[in-house]
Amino acid sequence: MIAFLIRRLLATIVLLIVVSAITFGIFFLLPRLAGQTTYGLATQYVGRNPTPATIHQIEQQLGLNAPVIEQYGRFLRAIVFGEHYRSGPVVAYCPPPCFGYSFKSELPVWPQMVSDMPVTASLAIGAAALWLIGGVAVGILSALRRGSIWDRLSMGVALAGVSLPPFFTGLIALELFSYKWSIFPNVQYVGITQNPLLWAKNLVLPWTVLAFLYAALYARLTRSGMLETMTEDYIRTARAKGLPERTVIIRHALRAVLTPIITIFGMDLGLLLGGAILIEYTFSLHGLGLFTIEAINNQDLPEILGVTMLAAFFIVFANLIVDILYSVADPRVRT
Amino acid sequence: MMAGRRDRAKSLVTGPEPGPETSTDASGPRRSSLLEVSDLRIQFSTDDGVVKAVDGVSFTVDRGRTLGIVGESGSGKSVTSLGIMGLHSGGNARISGKIWLDGEELVDASPTRVRQLRGSKMAMIFQDPLSALHPYYTVGYQIAEAYLIHNKVGKKAARAHAIEMLERVGIPNPQARVDDYPHQFSGGMRQRTMIAMALSCDPELLIADEPTTALDVTVQAQILDLISELQEEFHSAVIIITHDLGVVAELADDIMVMYAGKMAEYGTSEDIFNRPGHPYAWGLLGSMPRLDQARTDRLIPIPGTPPSLINVPSGCPFHPRCSYAATTNGRCVSEVPLPRSVGLDHEVACHLSIDEQRQNWADLVAQAAPAASHGEDT
Repeated sequence: MIAFLIRRLLATIVLLIVVSAITFGIFFLLPRLAGQTTYGLATQYVGRNPTPATIHQIEQQLGLNAPVIEQYGRFLRAIVFGEHYRSGPVVAYCPPPCFGYSFKSELPVWPQMVSDMPVTASLAIGAAALWLIGGVAVGILSALRRGSIWDRLSMGVALAGVSLPPFFTGLIALELFSYKWSIFPNVQYVGITQNPLLWAKNLVLPWTVLAFLYAALYARLTRSGMLETMTEDYIRTARAKGLPERTVIIRHALRAVLTPIITIFGMDLGLLLGGAILIEYTFSLHGLGLFTIEAINNQDLPEILGVTMLAAFFIVFANLIVDILYSVADPRVRT
Repeated sequence: MMAGRRDRAKSLVTGPEPGPETSTDASGPRRSSLLEVSDLRIQFSTDDGVVKAVDGVSFTVDRGRTLGIVGESGSGKSVTSLGIMGLHSGGNARISGKIWLDGEELVDASPTRVRQLRGSKMAMIFQDPLSALHPYYTVGYQIAEAYLIHNKVGKKAARAHAIEMLERVGIPNPQARVDDYPHQFSGGMRQRTMIAMALSCDPELLIADEPTTALDVTVQAQILDLISELQEEFHSAVIIITHDLGVVAELADDIMVMYAGKMAEYGTSEDIFNRPGHPYAWGLLGSMPRLDQARTDRLIPIPGTPPSLINVPSGCPFHPRCSYAATTNGRCVSEVPLPRSVGLDHEVACHLSIDEQRQNWADLVAQAAPAASHGEDT
C-alpha cells in the first residue's frame, strides 16, 4: 500500500510537470510559432500607449527574448519558489506560487485566486454531496423497481437534467424561488465563518441547479450498474446465505456499483470549475468561475495562466485521490 | 399411491397437470425424509412463451444420504435446486408443488421464513467459485457474514468460527488466510471457501450445483472427497447436481436422471449404473468414458440436442432423440410416460416394458464390450 502511494505520488508530480510544460507552451511558445514576436508579447505586459523603449525594457526585464527553455525554467521557479520583480529601484517579491501580476489590477494573481476560492469550494462541495447522495439513491430505487412509474419518471427527469443547460435551469430557479416566491431572496455569497445559516440558505439554489446537472448522470450510472450487478453470481451467494434483501442490496450490490461511481465522481469534482463558471455567472457569485471569465475578457495573461494551472492541478490531484480511493475500494487493484 | 411414499426412495408419480390430490400432501411432516419434494413445477414467462424449467418433479433425500441429479444443460436440474432454496425468483417465475424440509413446507412459506432457513438449515455451493464470491470482501468476512446472520454471536466469535471452518475444509494456515481476498486464492481453495461458507451454520441439507465443473481435474477429486467427508461429519443430506456421471458415481447413493424438466429415471446408484431402464440414461452412460473398459470402445453420443423448454415435444420429451421410440406404436409421441416402478426404489418414465428395457440394455452392453463383462447381473 505504501509503495503504491509513493508510486502514484511520483507519477502525479511528473504529470504536473508535463501539464505545466504544455500550459507554458500554449501561452508562450504557440504565439511565437504563429509569428508573434517577443516585442509583440511584451506589448501585452505594458500599459496603454507605451513607447517602444518601454516595451524593449519590459522585454528584457521579463526575459521574453531569452531561450524558451530558460523562460520555462523561470516560469517553474516562480511557481515553486516565488520571484523578485524589479521595476526601477523597487523590488517586488511575489511569493510562491507566483503566476505574476495581473495586467489589470496590477496585483499578484495567486492571492486573488485564493480569495475567490471559498466561493467555488462551497459551491462545489455542497453540490457534489447533493448529487452523489441524490443520484445514487434515485438510481438504486429505479433499479429495484425497474419498469415502475417511479423508474420511468425519475429516468425522464434524469434525461431532462442531463439535457438542460444550468444557465437555463438556473434562471428558471432564480425567477421562481428568488423573485416570484422570495423563498431564497437576494442570493449572494456570505462567508461560512460569518453566518453559516445564511451561507447555506443562499447556496441552496446554486447547489440544486448544479447538482441537478450531475445527479441525473449518477442516477443513470447507478441504475444500470445495479441492474447489472444484481444478476452477478455473488449476489445469488449472498441470498443463499440467508442475508436480508436490504443487506444484499447495500452491502453486496451497492458496494460493487460504487467503485466505478467513485472514479467518475473524483474526475467530475476535478473538472467542476467548468460547471462552476456557468453557475457563478448565473447567480453572480464571485468565485473562480467569474474570475476566469473576467480574466479571459480582459485578456489578462497571468490570470488566465494561473487559473489554467490551478484547474490542471485540481484534475491531476483528483486523479490521485481517485486512484487511492479505488485501491481502498477494490482489493484487486492493490496487489 | 400415497402410502408407498413413506418409503425413502419412492418418488411421486408425476402427471401432466398439477394434481388436485395434494390434500394428502398437506398432511404434514414425514418422519423419515429430511427433504421431500412433491410435484414441483417452476415456470418462467418470457417474451417467447412460458418456459417450463421444472415440470412435475418429486423426490426425497434422507439425512446422511446423497442424491445425484443428472442431466444435460437445460434439463432443469439447477432450477430444481434453486427452487428448493427459494432462489429461483426473477420476478417472472411461478412455482407450484410442495417442498418439505424437515416437515416444514417451503413453497407456501413466507419469503422471510425461507430466508431464515437459507444458509442455516439448507445451504448451497455454486459452480464457479470465483464469480460466486464477492471480490471486495475477504473470505473470512464472507464466511463470518453467513454465521453472524443466523447466530447471536459477536464479530470476534464469528471470525474465530470462520478460521475454524477454513481449517476444517483444509485451507492451510487459516489464521493468516482468513484476511485474504478471493482473488488471492486458487480455484480449489475458493471452492473450499464456498464449502466452508455453506457449512458454517451446520446445515442439514447441502446442495452442490456442479461443484467441480470449473475446477482442474486434479482438484475435482479433492473437492468431492471433502464434500463426502464433511457429509459424514455433519450427517447432512446432500444433493449434488452435475452433468458428469463420474461425479455421481463417486458420491451419490441415489440418482435422479432429469430430461426436459421431468424425471426420466430414479434409482440407487447401483440401479442407474448397472440396470438403467431409460433410453436417455443408456445414452448418458454410453457417452461416458470408462477406465474399466477397453479403449477401443467408442463413445456413443446421444443424437440431437435437448429440446426447447417452451415447445416441449409431445408425449415423451425424449422421443425425437430416442432410437426406441418407433417400437411403441406411437405411444411415445402421443402419451407422456409416467414414472413406473421397475424394482425396489427404482422408477423409470418410459413406455418400454420392463422386459424390453432389460433386453435392450443387455444388448447394448453386449455390443459395447463383447469380450469384457464388468459383473453386471443383467
